[in-house]
Amino acid sequence: MLSQIEGSQAVAKAVGLCRPEVIAAYPISPQTHIVEGLSDMVRAGELGRCEYMMVESEFGAMSACIGASAAGARTYTATSSQGLLFMAEALFNASGLGLPIVMTVANRAIGSPINIWNDHSDAMSMRDSGWIQLYAESNQEAVDLHIQAYRLAESLSVPVMVCMDGFVLTHAFEQVDLPTQAQVDAFLPSFEPRQLLDPEDPVTIGAMVGPEAFAEVKYLMHAKQMEALDEIPVIADDFRQAFCRSSGGLLQPYRLEDAETVVVALGSVLGTVDEVVDGFRDEGVPVGALGIKCFRPWPIAEVREALSRAQRVVVVEKAFAVGAGGIVGQNTRDALRGQPVEVFDVVAGLGGRPITRASLRGLLDDILADRVDPKRLHFLDLDFALVQRELERSRHGKRPGPHAEHMLRDVGTVASGAYE
Amino acid sequence: MAYQEIKLYQAGTFVAGNRLLDQEQRSVQARMGRSNTLTSGHRACQGCGEALGARYVLDAAMRATDGKVVAANSTGCLEVFSTPYPESSWQLPWLHSLFGNGPAVAAGVAAALRAKGHEDIRVVGQAGDGGTVDIGFGCLSGMFERNDDVLFVCYDNEGYMNTGVQRSGATPPAARTANTKPIGAASGNVFGQGKNVPLIAMAHEIPYVATATVAELRDLEYKVEKAMTFRGARYLHVFVPCPLGWGAASKDTIRLARLVKETGLFPVFEAEHGQVTEVSKIRHQVPVEEYLKPQKRFAHLFGENPRPDIVERIQAGADHNIERFGLLAGEGEGAELPGA
Repeated sequence: MLSQIEGSQAVAKAVGLCRPEVIAAYPISPQTHIVEGLSDMVRAGELGRCEYMMVESEFGAMSACIGASAAGARTYTATSSQGLLFMAEALFNASGLGLPIVMTVANRAIGSPINIWNDHSDAMSMRDSGWIQLYAESNQEAVDLHIQAYRLAESLSVPVMVCMDGFVLTHAFEQVDLPTQAQVDAFLPSFEPRQLLDPEDPVTIGAMVGPEAFAEVKYLMHAKQMEALDEIPVIADDFRQAFCRSSGGLLQPYRLEDAETVVVALGSVLGTVDEVVDGFRDEGVPVGALGIKCFRPWPIAEVREALSRAQRVVVVEKAFAVGAGGIVGQNTRDALRGQPVEVFDVVAGLGGRPITRASLRGLLDDILADRVDPKRLHFLDLDFALVQRELERSRHGKRPGPHAEHMLRDVGTVASGAYE
Repeated sequence: MAYQEIKLYQAGTFVAGNRLLDQEQRSVQARMGRSNTLTSGHRACQGCGEALGARYVLDAAMRATDGKVVAANSTGCLEVFSTPYPESSWQLPWLHSLFGNGPAVAAGVAAALRAKGHEDIRVVGQAGDGGTVDIGFGCLSGMFERNDDVLFVCYDNEGYMNTGVQRSGATPPAARTANTKPIGAASGNVFGQGKNVPLIAMAHEIPYVATATVAELRDLEYKVEKAMTFRGARYLHVFVPCPLGWGAASKDTIRLARLVKETGLFPVFEAEHGQVTEVSKIRHQVPVEEYLKPQKRFAHLFGENPRPDIVERIQAGADHNIERFGLLAGEGEGAELPGA
């Protein structure tokens, strides 16, 4: 049914349609509206016997999900930013135990400086946590990915993180086609746990493993993720047939067939990227885009194949490895090893800075005109003069003081007054 | 308390043998039907108080629930010595996740069982003092505050024994640990620090809080069985000597657990909804020296440069407990019995 609805509420309804049995959550913006919606549904009795746990922290939320999942319940939580970091230890534990928990990450920047707006540094920081990571481009896709996520998680017994851009998607009112309960029930079988805490058949879950088998247990985690590379397209295909629309999968090519220059990106920015691609195409310039829908597992062979005809690949990502460079960029370069192609790492949209069509167009114009060095990391729309002024200030005096406050004062957004 | 109904108190050993009792009065451990929940073959040290406590606690919980118990275990000695893969000493469904999240994991299990309509299956969370009073404390307080249907058991050996005997928030004053050594002017762990989690649990006004020691195992069994008669959050704090970490003889585990109560250093009591309901009286009060001297972690208080001033401060702590909890037995409370 078509609804004009906030992204968070749409996701809450989608999760509700998946019949969760235990929801454990802790408030953090911009994720909160999702679990508020689910709380309402639980209180109204719309989710049967579902338990909604108001835990004391995100660490507690993920830990409660671990216990609940091991006891055979379909579990859900949602978080963002600092909350995801606070549950980091439990994330690795959930994946190591092979528990099919589904979590929404409403992507938000990580402090310091504290910042509530969108980028991908939260989810990217947990890219090696053993969770599958799916990235939604739109609210419709966010809805659809949650339904697919439960099927994926439970078919392989791995946890799945559905990433959706905080505020950009979570707080946007858009038209979303919400499926019916019957449709979801037909697509998503009830949860049959692979391991269960059952007094009738007692098992030990979470035993200590020494050097004699640790690598093998870890290898199995990797093997399951490799299996997911086969499973994700199958589930996306089934979904398309059942719901009559495409969502998810591993990659989403856009006007890629003869593209010499390809923009690689993930999340909601793909809409803007596609429009910039259209602009070039209108002018006869062969530019295309490749959307990464599944970042973990990394579909290395599929990315290599999709980019095999490109001469230039421009990876635009909302996070970076400080002191190293692009994250998606590094993975893309790895996929293209040995190929005669230049990969440009571009960091954009940090802490909620809009990635505009004009900025992207300018970036690609510069790249096409050989004005950009592919060996360097680039920051889209970075205010270099501001950085230079602060570097200059920090060279003076024994205690130059905090950067963040200085720069805000410099741009005139704090009451303490602007620099002369 | 149930165990006080049996009027046998043998001076010298202070223990009433099971063979003197009727079948029905025998402990869970002395019955044919005991479940051996933590079965033999594990790798605990000789004289481990925690292994003994866990065995009694879980067997009693199994008996009280007709074998329907799920355990969630925090990281620590108990988890390590019981489950080196692929061996497991656990004969009940058992889950270990992390060091600091045992109470939240247990609460999640309880929520799942409720959602599934399996409320007949009960949940026991368990951890050492580090996993309870320190790193797991946020999750524990959350579990209490939400009144989740979990019995959480702390096996308190007063330090981080699994990592090599470091100080925890449950380490007593003056005790030597790997990072509270009597070096220079310092004389072991400082005074005025640490926390009393049974009292903090009571402040949450949860249905049931109790303390116990492994010297009085029938009392421990009784408290577990009683805890299982309540729904909601329950907390049991069990004093478990650690021969390795305390520098005590393995054979002295029970003796030290008895002495800690008889000195007043560890009050043994029960509380319901924030109110103390029963106190286990001291029958044979002893000075704290008797408890401290057999332990190398207090050796610096006695040897060549004795510190009677510090022993006196420890005694003052015991006296404070005795007064605060009314620990000394009066007439009709055991004071008239031999040995008192």
